[in-house]
Amino acid sequence: MDVDLFLRFLLNGIGNGAVYGAMALALVLIFRTTGLLNLAQGEMALFSTYMGWGLTATGMTIFGLQVLPGGLPVGLAIVVSVLISAVLGAAIERFLIRPVHGPDKSPLNVLIVMLGLFLGLNALAQLAFSDDAEPMPKPWPSKASPGSPTGSNRFWQVGDLRIQASIVAMVVMLAVVCLLLYVLFQRTKVGLKLRAVASNPESARLVGINSSRMLMLGWAMAAGLGALAGCFVAAERTSVNPGLMAVVLVYASAAAALGGFDSPVGAVVGGMIVAIAESMTVGYVKALSTIELVVPFGLILLVLLVRPTGLFGKRTVERV
Amino acid sequence: MSRRNLRIVVGVLVAAALLYAPYYFQPAMNQTLSRAIYFAVAAMGLNLLTGFNGQVSIGHGAFFGVGAFTTAILMNDHGWSFELTIPMAALVAAALGVGVGIPALRVKGLYLALVTLGLAVLFPRVGQKFVEGQGGVAIIRPKRSGFDSLLTFLENDQWHYVESLLIAAVLFLGAWNLSRSRIGRAMVAVRDQEVAASTVGVHLARVKVGAFALSAAYAGVAGSLSVMVDRAADATDPIVTFRNSIEFLVAVVIGGTATITGPAVGALILILLRRETDGLIEGKEMLSPAIFGGALIAMVYVLPGGVVGGLRKLADRLLPLRDDPTAPVAAAALEPEAVAAAEVSASTSDLHHQGEP
Repeated sequence: MDVDLFLRFLLNGIGNGAVYGAMALALVLIFRTTGLLNLAQGEMALFSTYMGWGLTATGMTIFGLQVLPGGLPVGLAIVVSVLISAVLGAAIERFLIRPVHGPDKSPLNVLIVMLGLFLGLNALAQLAFSDDAEPMPKPWPSKASPGSPTGSNRFWQVGDLRIQASIVAMVVMLAVVCLLLYVLFQRTKVGLKLRAVASNPESARLVGINSSRMLMLGWAMAAGLGALAGCFVAAERTSVNPGLMAVVLVYASAAAALGGFDSPVGAVVGGMIVAIAESMTVGYVKALSTIELVVPFGLILLVLLVRPTGLFGKRTVERV
Repeated sequence: MSRRNLRIVVGVLVAAALLYAPYYFQPAMNQTLSRAIYFAVAAMGLNLLTGFNGQVSIGHGAFFGVGAFTTAILMNDHGWSFELTIPMAALVAAALGVGVGIPALRVKGLYLALVTLGLAVLFPRVGQKFVEGQGGVAIIRPKRSGFDSLLTFLENDQWHYVESLLIAAVLFLGAWNLSRSRIGRAMVAVRDQEVAASTVGVHLARVKVGAFALSAAYAGVAGSLSVMVDRAADATDPIVTFRNSIEFLVAVVIGGTATITGPAVGALILILLRRETDGLIEGKEMLSPAIFGGALIAMVYVLPGGVVGGLRKLADRLLPLRDDPTAPVAAAALEPEAVAAAEVSASTSDLHHQGEP
């Protein structure tokens, strides 16, 4: 076996794994606080990613009125997109999800609302920004290249191996996100409240925690995280297109399922496993070329059937 | 006018309008209406699964696509006539439905939605890999002559409409009968109270997998009809399968879940709305999904029973409920508590019947 080739596939997998892990974290953040699997997460991230692209390009105009500025450097554009997405995420929770979600309400309704968001946000992103594949500038070191409008990655040569800047950037992004979340959850008062709401909403309310605000915060963080992951994955694949995030959502769901829907550590580990499995499939299993999506799909099925709590999830007892 | 008479009058008027439509409209409009009909069939299939049996699927675009490709491939490569391929499309889709329905026994609600979402995303890729159509892309166009009118007095577009309508009518009647039969009640019981249903002798696995297979078969027939109406089985655009999957659900929710006429009404609204809005923004077919997404959310808040449910409520207000004043439902309107009690006893007696051979 060619070791260099193997290492290259492994590196690719780790890069993608960082993005899938970040998206899976977003799913987990919402699942832990609300018990919902946010099917609209992918399209929320798609909207944010198009917004990130729009901020670097022409901005956004509604009926001739410049709502968002254009021409920002890509790093700043991503930060702005993350912040706006967080606000939008909180608004979605407050105005669309909360009225239909609760222990005494039909679960079908909240599902329908999420699917409405799914369909609507995808279309809105295309109406507001662009319905085409658009070149996403890279937020990591790159150099001009004649073939692509956004330039090609810089890389570091280690022996025969090229370590792409994109992979390093994505891994660093995930590491920073994990560190921030860790500090937030373990070292701050807000984090403590968030954990209290996640473990027992009823008791949390009794000790005076504003649990609805915590739910909003959970959605805001998830939306912001989705924006970050979306911009990175679009930059890594050189462009953002309307079908991009539906596929990423399937991978992220597989990662979250594998790690256990309520475990942040599981999400990151799951993301890495799923992505490495994907890149090995692409590399070595010719029979599955172009349909490597079978891998996350099969994983989701397998985990849900064999071990619904995933690798790191907590087993819950359901009373009838 | 009593409720029953109203139903008969409306039914006769709608039937007359449906039969007269192909003579009244231009071919382009007939094609649009035929599209609404096959959409209604797929939505009915989804309604059997989601509305009556409570299993959510957002992957019916895959069953629809499988039906379409079954028909297209049988016609193109094996020289079958179109009508013969319809049952085959239903069978193949149903087989896939069983394949998905069995693992679906273990997963519920949002997780099932996730699994079926994966199916919808996966399907076009599998299609692109294994289908070699004209020019190497995953699109198959059977010869036009394969769909020529079999009746001399009907033009081709009218024939497509009439054939779709006939098949849809049979399938809707079937669904209506099913919903009132022992199996249909078992499906509803499983949706509402799984444990209670199983204690009165409903075989959970059989009912759920059966519902999945039947629902997939409906979607397969719809896909088969779509080949006749749109003249192609197409998996080139991954987003389309996916949009179809959600739009079937949109049709069901807008029309009214767990009703028989709902999916048809919803499909008609959806197709007409799509036709009207797609041209509004130059070169973008994005307005209709945006509206559908909004409509889906608005429905949950404003009209949870869908259009049909809303109309029923309106009729309840304006018209006497039943001819027979002793019927439990009429009494219910007077005393809410008595109604609830009557409903409980009615549903338990339904369940009781199922327990008997």
